[in-house]
Amino acid sequence: MHVMYFTEQPMSAYPADIGLETGHTALMFSNKHFDPVAGSRLYNEYLEHYIYAEEMGVEGFMLNEHHNAPFCMQAKCNVFASILAAVTKKAKIVLLGNPLPLAENPVRLAEELAMIDMISKGRLVSGFVRGGGQEQLANGVNPAFNRERFEEAHDLIVAAWTRQGPFRWEGTHYQHRVVNPWAVPLQKPYPRVWIPGVLSQETIIWAAKQRYPYIALNTSIEATKKIWELYDKVALETGYEAGPENRGYLQQVHVSDSEEKAEKNARQFLWMQGEFTGLAHPVWANPSGYFSPTLRRNFVEFAVGRAENPRGRPTFEQQVADGRVFFGTPKTVIPKLRRVLEETRPSIYGIWGNDGTVSNEDARTCIRLLGQEVMPAMREIGKELGLRDPFETNSPVHLKYSTDLKQMPQAAE
Amino acid sequence: MPAGWSEHNLELGDTKLRLMRGGSGRPVLVLHHDIGTLDRLPFYDLLADKFDVMLPRHPGFGVEERPNWMRHPRDIAALYQWALAELGIERASLLGLGFGGWVAAEMAALAPRDFHRLVLVGAMGVKPPEGDIFDQAIVSYIDYARAGFHDQAAFTRVYGDVSTDQLVAWDLCREMCFRIAWKPYMYSQTLPHLLGGVRAPALVVWGEDDKIVPRSAGERYTRSLHEARFETVGAAGHCVDMEQPEALARLVTPFIEQN
Repeated sequence: MHVMYFTEQPMSAYPADIGLETGHTALMFSNKHFDPVAGSRLYNEYLEHYIYAEEMGVEGFMLNEHHNAPFCMQAKCNVFASILAAVTKKAKIVLLGNPLPLAENPVRLAEELAMIDMISKGRLVSGFVRGGGQEQLANGVNPAFNRERFEEAHDLIVAAWTRQGPFRWEGTHYQHRVVNPWAVPLQKPYPRVWIPGVLSQETIIWAAKQRYPYIALNTSIEATKKIWELYDKVALETGYEAGPENRGYLQQVHVSDSEEKAEKNARQFLWMQGEFTGLAHPVWANPSGYFSPTLRRNFVEFAVGRAENPRGRPTFEQQVADGRVFFGTPKTVIPKLRRVLEETRPSIYGIWGNDGTVSNEDARTCIRLLGQEVMPAMREIGKELGLRDPFETNSPVHLKYSTDLKQMPQAAE
Repeated sequence: MPAGWSEHNLELGDTKLRLMRGGSGRPVLVLHHDIGTLDRLPFYDLLADKFDVMLPRHPGFGVEERPNWMRHPRDIAALYQWALAELGIERASLLGLGFGGWVAAEMAALAPRDFHRLVLVGAMGVKPPEGDIFDQAIVSYIDYARAGFHDQAAFTRVYGDVSTDQLVAWDLCREMCFRIAWKPYMYSQTLPHLLGGVRAPALVVWGEDDKIVPRSAGERYTRSLHEARFETVGAAGHCVDMEQPEALARLVTPFIEQN
């Protein structure tokens, strides 16, 4: 079982009262409310948290990126990944991930990732995401071509990593005269790719067809089970049997040395007024062409205020009740995690430990307890339940490297 | 007395084109807004009283089936030249509304000797020297459509309570706009350099309260075209055709009727 530490790297020093008054805290919420002095302090604290996590026994760092919003300060996950590659020794650096459609030049992204893989001596897991709707708007990237760009950028990056250059790329969204990057990954055939997601069935299906592990981001236990049903079905159709090595999960878990403090800090998971990406207009989060056409009818009603958010806006108590947020001491949290492991059987587990305005001291306590008590217990439970991760099973990095396919499918590079 | 209208479906290569046609007289190709159009509007009937009016639905606007190959409004412009050839129409006049004005201007620039008259109403397609074209990506479908009107009562007159079908159609229109006009948003950097060749006399009309396309874009069109006149319509926003149909028809009809 591979367990990682994650934080959204909240810009906790922003004026939340002004955000509430403005009615939105993302995309168009003015950066005049960003304080670079506090930003400097927080970036360094978050870096120190990851370094401390490794010292406390954490075996993976999960990193992500977002734009134009206080809920996440990291605008380029490769920046933190590069630093951690140099200053840490053992933990996997798991990017979940680089938003591929945002790349105007995926070859450059392939080079950056190859450098991180070499500097870290082969510790990179290079997850890829479509990026939220707001990320497209914040970066001027056409949401209508989001999925096409995601898939083509992926194909180009993998080609840049695995094909001998120079070669030419004449795609639909990317054209390159000479692809011949002199930085290529240390890991062969290429670093593991994991695909995180929340809602889109298309992404689950795509990940299963590639045989890339899918990481369910903070979904309820019931929703997670439905994701695995779909993934497993597509895997069988593709020619392999999916197992725990294909399943990942990210969960909000705050641990502390007392139940009271843990609950107080866990409430910070809702610090963005219950929307984890902040308050935003529905058409920012779901610009036309970005979301699945199957959701169009429901979405347009939500966008004009006639229907509820399809994701819902559950209260803290509801999220605790349906198993999305856990808090407590290691003693009370471990049995709850066991239940999730038993019910959904993932082998990759991201623990989103701290959010909002949790103090530096409490964040470090949480990390220490996670690294020294919670994660070792999870690894033991994982062993007991047979939840072997992709490193332990040495699973193929991609479908095309499989040696156990029941029928040879079309090459799905 | 409303003219009779009929629906026509053309197959232009692998692209399907639906158009409504009504009236008789000089041929007039009417090109609709970025939010699509209703099949029947008072303005269209006023035109059909005098002219042979052809109202194509821009491919992919408001419908699930779309030409995935399209990348620019100039592609629609070229497709409409094909449609006119298919229909055997010579010397049409072009009347473009908002986004449709961009397509009309592209058509005229592609074939500068082919058209009788060019009418641009609140046309997108050139970068406004002052101000920006309003970005629909950051507001809801209804708020964007409403922003096209000076008087909200006129919006309600046309769209009523706004059905879910209409919202879906607006989302599809928006998606198609993104596919072909995302960046730069709703204008061409090359079009202004080609407008000087257009031989058709042009009428450029702007609603006095256009909140979608700054009036400076209309002035730029007027300066760039070979022969153009600029007019404004009072008590109208961007959608002059829906808000002040009679006033617009009074400007347009005699202009197109000229020999």
